Amino acid sequence: MIDSPDPKLQNTVQAIRTQSVCRHYPMGESLIRAVDGISIQVPAGEFVALLGTSGSGKSSLLNLVAGLDRPTSGAVVVEGKDLARLSREDLARHRLHTVGMVFQSFNLIAGMTVIENVELPLRFAEVDRRRRESLARAALERVGLGHRLRHRPSELSGGEQQRTSLARALINRPKVLLADEPTGNLDSHTGTEIMNLIQEFNQSLGMTIVMVTHERALAEQYAERLIFLADGKLVDDKPNTPNVAAVPSEGARA
Amino acid sequence: MKAYDLAELAVRNLRESVLRNSLTTVGISVGVASLVAMLSLGIGLQQLATKRLVKSGLFDTVVVTSRRDLRNFNREEDRGGPTPAESPALDEPSRQKIEQLPNVTETYPDLRFITSFNFEDKPHLTMVAGIPASYRTNDAFEGMQGSFFSSDTAPEVVLQKSFAAELLGKTAKPGSNEFPVADLSKPLLGKEMTMRYAERVDLPPTSGALADSKQVAPPAGNDSSEASNYSIVSHELKVKIVGVTDLDPDSMRGPVRARVLLPLKLLESLHVVQPTALRDTTQASSKVPTYATVSVRVKDPARIQSVEDAIKKMGFNTFSILDATRSLGAFFKVLDMFLGIFGSLALAVASIGIVNTLVMAILERRREIGIMKAIGASDGDVKKLFFAEAGVMGAFGGALGVALGWALGRVINAGTNFYLRSQDVAPQQIWFVPWWLVGGAIVFAILVSLVSGLYPAARAARLDPVQALRYE
Repeated sequence: MIDSPDPKLQNTVQAIRTQSVCRHYPMGESLIRAVDGISIQVPAGEFVALLGTSGSGKSSLLNLVAGLDRPTSGAVVVEGKDLARLSREDLARHRLHTVGMVFQSFNLIAGMTVIENVELPLRFAEVDRRRRESLARAALERVGLGHRLRHRPSELSGGEQQRTSLARALINRPKVLLADEPTGNLDSHTGTEIMNLIQEFNQSLGMTIVMVTHERALAEQYAERLIFLADGKLVDDKPNTPNVAAVPSEGARA
Repeated sequence: MKAYDLAELAVRNLRESVLRNSLTTVGISVGVASLVAMLSLGIGLQQLATKRLVKSGLFDTVVVTSRRDLRNFNREEDRGGPTPAESPALDEPSRQKIEQLPNVTETYPDLRFITSFNFEDKPHLTMVAGIPASYRTNDAFEGMQGSFFSSDTAPEVVLQKSFAAELLGKTAKPGSNEFPVADLSKPLLGKEMTMRYAERVDLPPTSGALADSKQVAPPAGNDSSEASNYSIVSHELKVKIVGVTDLDPDSMRGPVRARVLLPLKLLESLHVVQPTALRDTTQASSKVPTYATVSVRVKDPARIQSVEDAIKKMGFNTFSILDATRSLGAFFKVLDMFLGIFGSLALAVASIGIVNTLVMAILERRREIGIMKAIGASDGDVKKLFFAEAGVMGAFGGALGVALGWALGRVINAGTNFYLRSQDVAPQQIWFVPWWLVGGAIVFAILVSLVSGLYPAARAARLDPVQALRYE
């Protein structure tokens, strides 16, 4: 285990801890330092926003935490496991069970219905068909899409697609939800609905949330902590008091 | 991922770009079809070539000769045996002893001689042979006009068609088509002809040493043990023509083709002088009948060797057609191999189609693969999924290909038979699809598809999810 620079934080459970993590890409002759020596700690259950302009490295950092990418150097410890040391197989298991992801572009599989998209992670987890179906149904009801099970993603509105993707992220009961610009493709009203859902997961399920956004207002509205990145480096890290109390979104019936 | 889920996802993915995958599957099926058509043709030809031989009993028959005849078929191996003078005579007791051997179903002497027949006051000289009753079921008599002998002792004959043509005074020009059996049999069936033959009549030892060969025999019932003296009496027997056949069932067994066939029991009862009788006079053997050759039928062609060995141990020479057909079998193995290789060429082309389709699918489904990886699919899951897609295409292509190959074989068969009929040759089944070929072709198609899927699957599994998801 890597020693924490701040002994105070060692007493609380750390959902995510990075230690001087770097991600460098060679690009022609030069080296792109997408993530350049970032050390952060996120306690379990915290709602963190990663802020920065595009190219600041926030998405790259999120991909490292998600286990989609490996650091060039440093450590990324999520739920007690150093992702840099995991095999490809174990990284896949980490993505399957420990973290859930939602994306700006929803990333649903066009050829599958809503319920099939949601139960896809359960197929990889080898859950049997009947249980898969009931879990997916429950997750979709939770995000207010119980009536849209057999529709294709293309038949849904953007908000409904993002709800589907939230249900999919939720299906394996991950400890950490990673959201990459979750409202980037949505109008402000729909975006609020999605954010309310995410906040509700944070509060009722105790999920750790890491949200990447470039909208400072959105971050200040929901996040408990704001982390600012620029050029792959951490420039600021400050607590924030969300100015909206948890209001159940219109569609949610949880 | 579970196998069922894998198959379900694979079929779903294949349905997504149905045209491309159908075309690839059709490609596989054409490959399988050509393989099936080629091999079924090879198998059919082989069956055609060996069917008559097998059914005519040649494959389960051992021909036994006495070493005294000095007629060694397998000279090399028989050199070490007893000298001709010491070896046993091939007579009735020997025949019965051979019949007692395990796996022997039947033994019968090979009676054949040359004699003349009078038909409508014209003499015709030909070879006569005795046919055992078991030949009733012999397929060599397939296509015979008329009927088989009504009993094993009936004075009836079956004519070989060239002799029938001779009786009718028709002679086929060399190279031209032979007369159809049906045309030849119509005027002959039911007619009688007279067979002349020389009967061997044993003389009592007391009678004159060398009797005139034309002397009439003393009354029957003489059971003298000395048989070295006998006389030859000329006889005539009226026989009825009951059948005309286009094949001599024994054509591969004897040096001369018999053109008139009589019931064996009838022929035996006539005591016709055999070539061996002459030697008997010098060797002073008993009066029990002695045979030039005895045919031994074996239960199963696989037992031929053991029966042959047992008979050799008794001191006789043996010969079976099995040795001669071994090279025939080798020929068809090589033919099948070449047909298989040509058939497989199309399948090889089809497998390139699979590789192409799957590599295209990776490019097209980059993002989908990225998503699956992002939500927890392992490299193995992605690899298996592409494998499953290749396998499903192989299975469908294989099944379709077998059906197509079967149809193709039928068409080739029909076409060939149409040609054969136009050439006045009887239609033949030149095409045969055994069950192992059906199963084997499908399994082979799946295997080829899986091998084709190796590279695309590995490539899909290696795909970097961050890169894949970056594309919009």
